[in-house]
Amino acid sequence: MLQSPYVTSYLTEHFGNDEFTTLDGYERLGGYQAARKALTEMSPDDLIELVKASGLQGRGGAGFSMGMKWSFMPKEDDRPKYLVCNADESEPGSFKDRIMLERGAHQMLEGILIAAWATGAAATFIYIRGEYSFPADCVERAVAEAYEKGYFGANAMGTGFSHDVRVTRGAGAYICGEETGLLESLEGKKGQPRKKPPFPAQYGAFGMPTTVNNVETYSHVPHIINKGIDWFRAFGTDKSPGTTIFGVSGHVARPGLYELPLGTPLSEIVFEHAGGVPGGRKVKGVIPGGMSMPILPAGLLDVPMANEFLREQKTMLGTGGIMVMDETTCMVRVASIISYFFRDESCGQCTQCREGTGWMNKIVERIERGAGEQSDIDVLLDVAGKMEASTICAFADAAAWPIQGLLRHFSEDFIAHIGGRKCPFPESFEL
Amino acid sequence: MVISEPIRSEIDAEIAKFPKPRGALLRAMHLVQAEHGHVSTDCARELAEIFEMRPIEVMEVVSFYNMFFDKPQAKHHVYVCTNLPCSLRGARVLLAQLESHLGVQAPGDTADGRIHLGHEECLGACAYAPMMRIDDQYFEDLDVEKAKSILDSLGE
Ligand SMILES: Cc1cc2nc3c(=O)[nH]c(=O)nc-3n(C[C@H](O)[C@H](O)[C@H](O)COP(=O)(O)O)c2cc1C
Ligand code: SF4
Ligand code: FES
Repeated sequence: MLQSPYVTSYLTEHFGNDEFTTLDGYERLGGYQAARKALTEMSPDDLIELVKASGLQGRGGAGFSMGMKWSFMPKEDDRPKYLVCNADESEPGSFKDRIMLERGAHQMLEGILIAAWATGAAATFIYIRGEYSFPADCVERAVAEAYEKGYFGANAMGTGFSHDVRVTRGAGAYICGEETGLLESLEGKKGQPRKKPPFPAQYGAFGMPTTVNNVETYSHVPHIINKGIDWFRAFGTDKSPGTTIFGVSGHVARPGLYELPLGTPLSEIVFEHAGGVPGGRKVKGVIPGGMSMPILPAGLLDVPMANEFLREQKTMLGTGGIMVMDETTCMVRVASIISYFFRDESCGQCTQCREGTGWMNKIVERIERGAGEQSDIDVLLDVAGKMEASTICAFADAAAWPIQGLLRHFSEDFIAHIGGRKCPFPESFEL
Repeated sequence: MVISEPIRSEIDAEIAKFPKPRGALLRAMHLVQAEHGHVSTDCARELAEIFEMRPIEVMEVVSFYNMFFDKPQAKHHVYVCTNLPCSLRGARVLLAQLESHLGVQAPGDTADGRIHLGHEECLGACAYAPMMRIDDQYFEDLDVEKAKSILDSLGE
């Protein structure tokens, strides 16, 4: 079981309390009131407008407006509609959804029930990565409790609205986190992303209109219904409201989870909350949002953690997984691990991605061994450039960005390997 | 029949929960693997019948996912996460020590078939690194001694 976050706010306030994981306890702490209010007092259109106006953005990586996504679901359509809760969490550096599943399953389910009413969905599929065995058990227990209490099923909360929840488990494939890879996997196929259009709102799970949202995104919804838009917007920035759960890992004194408003400066998270680098060493670089997001050097850490500011620094919030690297770190080794991961996880459908990830990894490993050439850096940049925005899914971009980021800020590490024909960082972490 | 009756009925119950039967395929594979240790050709053939697929399609799905196996496996699967956050906190040193402790090179099995040692990508435990997954359990905040004693205590 995961440790509770070091800093909590509305999402994780009760995560240290075992009561919160049971349906009775969750209700005693105020749970399921928002769903009751939504299903009995609010129309689907009101709900969609409310969530749109709240400015809640997806917390799964892309940061798209949740209310907008709901509004894409066709209204004049007799086909059954579905929701998906994306609990595939496999982006390296990310572990926030895991605690939401282990300690906040009912909070997430309440968000799902509200979303179901807003979109008229007949069922939700919760897709949990296969390795999350204990978290999946926690969710299944919560789902069973909610069914028993009549909150799901043919007559949800006695309102006549019918909604089913199904839990499925993945089986170890990063690409199943991409929403259309997930849909394929959900249908019992290889998790290879689909060409878009058609988008999931037209042709999603089992060919039906579908909306995919992340575990954490659903979990914010009950709070917005209970306390209103002004309350929600008081957290975070104008463009990026609310809190999120930052996961801090790597070279810090207190690695762990921190629920903080969006827009909190990265430096505050790293140095104040997570206690900075131990042993009096300095920070060299920080990846701000999971491995797909380009690194920031020590000089740029004052950036507020919200997309409108991070984009100016050519990076993004992603999943909020913050990885801290101290001054001993060899950035070519970092590139080596990153490029290996993407080579390994490419689903192989697109030539640029399949070949590009392989090339990048081969070149980076060669440079790391001290066998690189000056021209390798140009080849890396060229390959990365060709992988952007030219493939079936955003995986190829996610593979190219971090390498571009490392070359943007730490090209001297690459040059030193090539010139010296060996790794110049004897104290770096081992490869 | 190689898939047992109880597992067969669990599979049927799962199938009933999805708009199309095949939605339960991954679930069925997990169940079959829990019973047999891997998805054998015979199991794949039966799954193909249940799901009205060709056996080759079943095997394609098995081979796509890291957690499914088409061959008999060691008793316990031990995976050390070696992705970046774990590596920053000594995961690769740990893996090397476990390799010499067990006398295997990852990925590989001990001679007695008790343990498969391998590495894995990020498992969502980055702050509690280094860590390993053994079968379906996580072991976090490890050091070499702690990890070795966990391995030594694994059953036959
Ligand atoms: C390669 C790749 C992997 C992804 N993995 C995940 C994941 O594990 N969990 C997740 O919620 N979203 C993941 N996403 C984003 C999803 O495609 C999708 O945008 C998200 O689930 C939508 O939910 P949200 O709007 O609530 O964020 C991934 C995207 C890509 C391109
Ligand atoms: S970009 Fe890569 S991961 Fe995405 S569909 Fe193409 S090959 Fe597969
Ligand atoms: S990097 Fe090892 S658990 Fe995330």
